[in-house]
Amino acid sequence: MSRLSAAERALQLTTVCCGLLVAAMLVLMLVLAWPLLHSGQLLSLIGGDWQPAAGRYGIAPMLAASLLLAISAVLLAIPLSLGTAFAAVALAPPFLRSPLMLCVRLMAGIPTVIYGFAAVFALVPLMRQWIGSGSGFTLLTATLVLAVLIAPTMIVFFVGGLRAVPQGYSLAADALGCRPVDKLLYLLLPQAAPAITAGIVMGLGRALGDTMIGLMLAGNSAIMPDSMLSTGRTLTSHIALVIAADFSSMEFKSIFACGIVLYLLTAALVAILRRTLPLPATARP
Amino acid sequence: MKTSLLAAALGCMLLFSPIGATAGALDGFAGAKGTLKIAGGTAHIPVMKEAAQAIMSSNPDVQITIAGGGTGVGIKQAGEGLVDIGNAGRKPTDEEVSRYDLHMVQWAIDGVAVVVHPGNPVKALSGEQLRDVYAGKIANWKELGGSDKGINLYDRDETSGTREVFLKNGLKDGTVAKTANVVVSNGAMKTAVAGDPYGIGYVSVGHIDATVGPVALDGIVPSVATVKDGSYKVARGLYSLTKGPASGLAKLFLNYLLTPEGQKIATDKGFISVL
Repeated sequence: MSRLSAAERALQLTTVCCGLLVAAMLVLMLVLAWPLLHSGQLLSLIGGDWQPAAGRYGIAPMLAASLLLAISAVLLAIPLSLGTAFAAVALAPPFLRSPLMLCVRLMAGIPTVIYGFAAVFALVPLMRQWIGSGSGFTLLTATLVLAVLIAPTMIVFFVGGLRAVPQGYSLAADALGCRPVDKLLYLLLPQAAPAITAGIVMGLGRALGDTMIGLMLAGNSAIMPDSMLSTGRTLTSHIALVIAADFSSMEFKSIFACGIVLYLLTAALVAILRRTLPLPATARP
Repeated sequence: MKTSLLAAALGCMLLFSPIGATAGALDGFAGAKGTLKIAGGTAHIPVMKEAAQAIMSSNPDVQITIAGGGTGVGIKQAGEGLVDIGNAGRKPTDEEVSRYDLHMVQWAIDGVAVVVHPGNPVKALSGEQLRDVYAGKIANWKELGGSDKGINLYDRDETSGTREVFLKNGLKDGTVAKTANVVVSNGAMKTAVAGDPYGIGYVSVGHIDATVGPVALDGIVPSVATVKDGSYKVARGLYSLTKGPASGLAKLFLNYLLTPEGQKIATDKGFISVL
């Protein structure tokens, strides 16, 4: 092994600490949810419905709402982000490209709660009118805002991937007489595929982990959502809504089940990404 | 010039600092020392926390711990001497008082009003209508004399003390349809109902303002006055209990809650003062 400088050692130590912290969180959650795991209640919690009055503390409706919301937000954000990334890298006139990226970075910095607050006053009444019945607090409302929220993260990844394509390829494509659109579709897009997938997974992770948008806009009814126009409660909202309860109650235990499910979902996403894909082009040595 | 500006700024800070404002009411804690354990009703917690913070920052020798658990826990733990003060969202029964030798202080009233959009023509409901609306049996405003539109229900999270009062005294332990939207605070409830012409929700009486329209229940309009005189029934007292007459730190703490400063904390959190 080669000798490491002090700075490298310090960085290594930080990395190890961060890794241990993540593992420690899992251990903490497992310890706190042990009574549930031990008695075999965890599975019935994950599969069951939420009716505390009847002694049922299942989180299936929340799991369904979380997945539905996150996946549809990502599906909506993909074309949005790809289009913006294409514009910023190749299609927009050069003088517009850096202002565009500035806007994207600015959007990435706006706190979630601001989006939620603005949408409560601007989007929710519109949705109520448009749907024609109900309160306007629906999974669709939350999806629209969540897509805008996660887009900047995805755009930054996409742009990074597109820009990392070697200049020589681009020149060669130009020499072959490619139009910008051809170059984008047949050269840049396939070359940047790993970075694009990484961006999508990051977006999905952010969408799953986000709390405020679901909490403020999706209506929070603990029912199994039957369409995008129904209201729903995400896992993260559920944790936020139940957190103040009594420590020894089943409600409190069930939020640890939520935590474990969220943790495992995110971990699974990362694992799938690592197994099925080569490293993003930007990270290759 | 610079120093005088600085002095003026410092003066302003002192003038407006909460510690400066409550110093008088906290004088009794001078020289006090020790730990005070409080547990019980969750509705009490915001007030307890703020009072404890004011006390502990003026006197660092006093340690106050506050736990939840609900009214039942508050009565039981105070009675068994596990905590110094137990909080209850109802008057303890005579049986509980005599068994545990409980002494109680009522320091605030929590009233819960049904609210709709200010433009909604429905301004009064009977108790039965309210129960049917929340159970989902009445689902259209037309049935109540309003426009032909579906009723959007708004509910609070299950840990809310406001919800507890509403369910028990407003719905008489009725059910809430599962399709109800859930919001997280009195403020969020007001925003939701104020923005929804066909919504119905409920807030602590102290939170009512012009953005929402209070609904009379069985002929009585909810207001601070009707809650105080007892005519509006969807209300409860907030009690703190001690085993035997309060003494030491517990007595100081309960006295502080009844000072104008203590009562201001309670009204700031949406409760109604008992003074």
